[in-house]
Amino acid sequence: MVSLLDIIGPVMVGPSSSHTAGACRLGLLARCLVGDTPDRALVELHGSFARTGEGHGTDKAIAGGLMGFRPDDERLRTALDIMEAEGLEYRFEKTTLDDDAHPNTVRLTVERGNRKSVMVGSSLGAGRVVVTEIDGYPVSVTGNLHTIVLVAEDVKGSVARIATILSDAELNIATLKLSRKERGGDAFMVIEVDERPTEDVRDAIRGLPWVKWAFRLDKVSG
Amino acid sequence: MYRSLADAIADAEARGLTLSRLALETEAKDQGRPVEEIRDALRRALHVMNGAVARGLVGDLFSSSGLVGGDAAKLRTGPPGPLAGTAFRDVLARALAVQEVNAAMGVIVAAPTAGGAGVLPAVLTGLAAAQGIDEERVVDALACAGLIGAVVAERASLSGAEGGCQAETGAAAGMAAGAATEMLGGTPAQVGHATALAQQGTLGLVCDPLGGLVELPCVFRNATGAAIALAAIEMALAGVTFAIPVDEVIDTMGEIGRNMDVRYRETAGGGLAATPTGRRLAKERLYDIKRRS
Repeated sequence: MVSLLDIIGPVMVGPSSSHTAGACRLGLLARCLVGDTPDRALVELHGSFARTGEGHGTDKAIAGGLMGFRPDDERLRTALDIMEAEGLEYRFEKTTLDDDAHPNTVRLTVERGNRKSVMVGSSLGAGRVVVTEIDGYPVSVTGNLHTIVLVAEDVKGSVARIATILSDAELNIATLKLSRKERGGDAFMVIEVDERPTEDVRDAIRGLPWVKWAFRLDKVSG
Repeated sequence: MYRSLADAIADAEARGLTLSRLALETEAKDQGRPVEEIRDALRRALHVMNGAVARGLVGDLFSSSGLVGGDAAKLRTGPPGPLAGTAFRDVLARALAVQEVNAAMGVIVAAPTAGGAGVLPAVLTGLAAAQGIDEERVVDALACAGLIGAVVAERASLSGAEGGCQAETGAAAGMAAGAATEMLGGTPAQVGHATALAQQGTLGLVCDPLGGLVELPCVFRNATGAAIALAAIEMALAGVTFAIPVDEVIDTMGEIGRNMDVRYRETAGGGLAATPTGRRLAKERLYDIKRRS
């Protein structure tokens, strides 16, 4: 659902809502996969991101997002200098993903300590983004709300168990999407909640024996 | 939010509401937030827009490539033309101002996008200044513009990479035309016609920025987009109607965008970007940017 404030917004550093603000938001989302600023990152730019990204500051915006700068943060202008000064190793490469990939797509491989994750996301225009893949699993995360994504074995009562953890933490579920490739195969859950879940909540979900992995992604718009 | 302006106009008429009020109430319900919170966010956006207009009119900003900058101030201090002293000229100056700030990596409101960010603030704040319209009515107008933009996002696109410039400055012109028509006392039906009149005038407009930079012709397309919006407002308030319904005009923009060659969708492969001068300037300036960074 499109919000008025997506259209009249975001307030952002120029010059491009898709190539600068959207790119920054994708960086912010990828950062969530390792919990904090990645030490190392491989940023693979596809389509228009690859062809015109440099002039739009797409590289600066993604680097800034990975470092936790939001789209209206004027530090984005000098994000590559800050990245170097902080000793962060972010590499930028041009690539060609699938034919049906959105023109503004990036694959981000982020590492921090012994954690490593791969995220694919697209910038849809007007600063709106969607994460389409995490660690090889297809997802759909917009960053419009705080989100928990998880992969679980297909066991009975799994949704109820997770809903209980969330309600015990007084988190209100806004949307819940459940999918699986086949009966008995991995179940994939994308849960949007109104308040930011704590790390304890994420760890409680990770602690369930049938949960294979779980991430918490921040709300990055609005 | 609505997926059809015809539905929104029908609901507004049935309930005796303005489109902006309808937009605010719908957004409040969608998001589970009070209307005043939505208006507060729009008011903050308006303040950023005012700041960008003022900043750009100073005339000392240039883009990282140096291709654009300083032109907004010329409309304030340069020699008069046939529109000297009119709101029209002031609106052009404001559109250039915001877009010059954007090109210089300054802070703007993407409305609907950064590349088309000059049109809406220029038209709304320029006409509000000329007619002595208070801030709260401009905030309402932003809600109306948001409703129109949301419909365009759902039915067509707001991305130059997907739909060309008709999806950025074209959509912005449609949003500005509709919103200003309401702000100046137009009915919901007139808002629909103003939006259609502006959007039809930008159909087929390609996105062909030199070097892919949001600079040339983007800065100037915001000024000409604002001019098209003003033409649409003038016609709609005079009672001119457009026979193709506004939703169908928006659908047409989407259809043209989907069929537009990729060269004309922000890739710098065609249009002005591919002219001999366009290629030369892009090469020189991009080289400059790389050398400095």
